[in-house]
Amino acid sequence: MSLRDKCAVTGIGETEYSKNSGKSVIALQMEASLKAIADAGLTPNDIDGIIPYGNLEVVAEDFITNLGIHDLRYSAVTPLGGASSVAAVQAAMTAVASGVANHVLIPIGRNGSSGERIGDRVQAMPQFRILGEYEMPSGNIAPPQLYAHMARRHMELYGTKSEQLAEIAVAIRANALLNDNAIMNKPMTIEDHQNSRMISDPLRLFDCCLESDGGAAVIISASERAKDMAQQPIYIMGVGEGHPDSPSIITQRPDITTLGTAKAAPRAFGMAGVSPKDIDVAEIYDCFTYIVMCQLEDLGFCEKGEGGDFVSNGRIALDGELPINTHGGLLSQSHIVGMNHVCELVKQLRGTGGKAQVADAEIGLVTGYGDMGDGTVAIMRN
Amino acid sequence: MSDAAYDKPMPPLNRDSKPYWDSLQEGSMRLQSCAECGKVRHYPRPVCDSCHSFEVEWVRASGKGKVHSWTVSHHPFHPGFIVDLPMTLVTVDLEEGVRMCAQMHGVEPDQMSIDMPVELGYEAATADLTLPVFRPVT
Ligand SMILES: [Zn+2]
Repeated sequence: MSLRDKCAVTGIGETEYSKNSGKSVIALQMEASLKAIADAGLTPNDIDGIIPYGNLEVVAEDFITNLGIHDLRYSAVTPLGGASSVAAVQAAMTAVASGVANHVLIPIGRNGSSGERIGDRVQAMPQFRILGEYEMPSGNIAPPQLYAHMARRHMELYGTKSEQLAEIAVAIRANALLNDNAIMNKPMTIEDHQNSRMISDPLRLFDCCLESDGGAAVIISASERAKDMAQQPIYIMGVGEGHPDSPSIITQRPDITTLGTAKAAPRAFGMAGVSPKDIDVAEIYDCFTYIVMCQLEDLGFCEKGEGGDFVSNGRIALDGELPINTHGGLLSQSHIVGMNHVCELVKQLRGTGGKAQVADAEIGLVTGYGDMGDGTVAIMRN
Repeated sequence: MSDAAYDKPMPPLNRDSKPYWDSLQEGSMRLQSCAECGKVRHYPRPVCDSCHSFEVEWVRASGKGKVHSWTVSHHPFHPGFIVDLPMTLVTVDLEEGVRMCAQMHGVEPDQMSIDMPVELGYEAATADLTLPVFRPVT
């Protein structure tokens, strides 16, 4: 049985994104969830499945308690860091397509700026135990350092330049300027990027995503129900999840320039029955500029090693061949662990993308990426 | 520096990793070699991913390798590393066919290159902890 077109995104909700929400993480997630439920034309009691975010700061019980859900039938967790959002979409699809649940809520929210900083959490996570045991004592600690090894090798093997990574940051910032709910509101040039502080060579400050506060949520329903709901259903054509070899430690990975995305992409495109040239708009998980470029290669938009050229000359800009991160992404809108990417793709395919609407967008793609290499991909249509 | 003042992250010792840290302390790094199929694996862990044997021999590493990749950190990410900045961290392909990451000493960052030959050294961090470091082959 293929899951193609069996499920749809039927509701989306987002809070204000900021550097200091003044709200608890539970409150942020409930606010985003209630907005998604209202958007879908449902009431909280219609939600019978929940996939809470994998850090388990807020659990299914919190939603039952706060929203007064009487009969939750399905809950699961997809602990893949930044790949969790789209992994949760896949898990929700299996639940609603099989009839285990009718409407699965997928909430994410955090105080990544004003509360626990995202950069501090890595050392406490069991999936990174090997890193903590063998590399942190030498100083190899945080994602910007770990991913810098990947980026440096890509540069040495393929001639990739920092200025090409800058193209990604600049294109995504330009989109954020069109978005009223984006944290970054000043233009960025290639020169600004090149002048930004070196964090861990070759990655500069403007290669790194924001740490921010906010919440976002989506609802996944079976397509047969979605037709009668409040919004135009956005059908999920294909989905895939991939874990890299040596998932816990990048150092031991046979090819450190390839992500789990390379395993997920053929599954997602295969299920959808489309190819990269059919994609009108792509929301690519952008914890770092380099990770965007690497995913574009692993997704098949270009060959391995050609990502630097691919992202140049305006190709990924709003009016380019492949507009990416039309909302401003993690780099310039907000770090909502990629659930903001899922919401944005749905808006683009509904035609409610505002000033950043891609004309005639019919088929779009969204990725998740996290935990040092896990990759997830969903392809949707209107 | 006295041990009490050592403020960098310490490796949590366990049954699987202790022989490795002991070997660094002795100035003679050892790697796990599967007693069944002979596959060398790193970092230390309980099961051979090739034949699933738990039996292991600890073999002495040559200490020779080549640069696989590197980064030069200008931000410490942990207060203990402020004194080391800028800090070159290198991923090395060891002769034995496994990789490891450690600090690179004795080289200017702009002299680093892929496949550059390096050799392992040992640096006492505390009385009980010796860390691996790499240096260029001279
Ligand atoms: Zn074996």
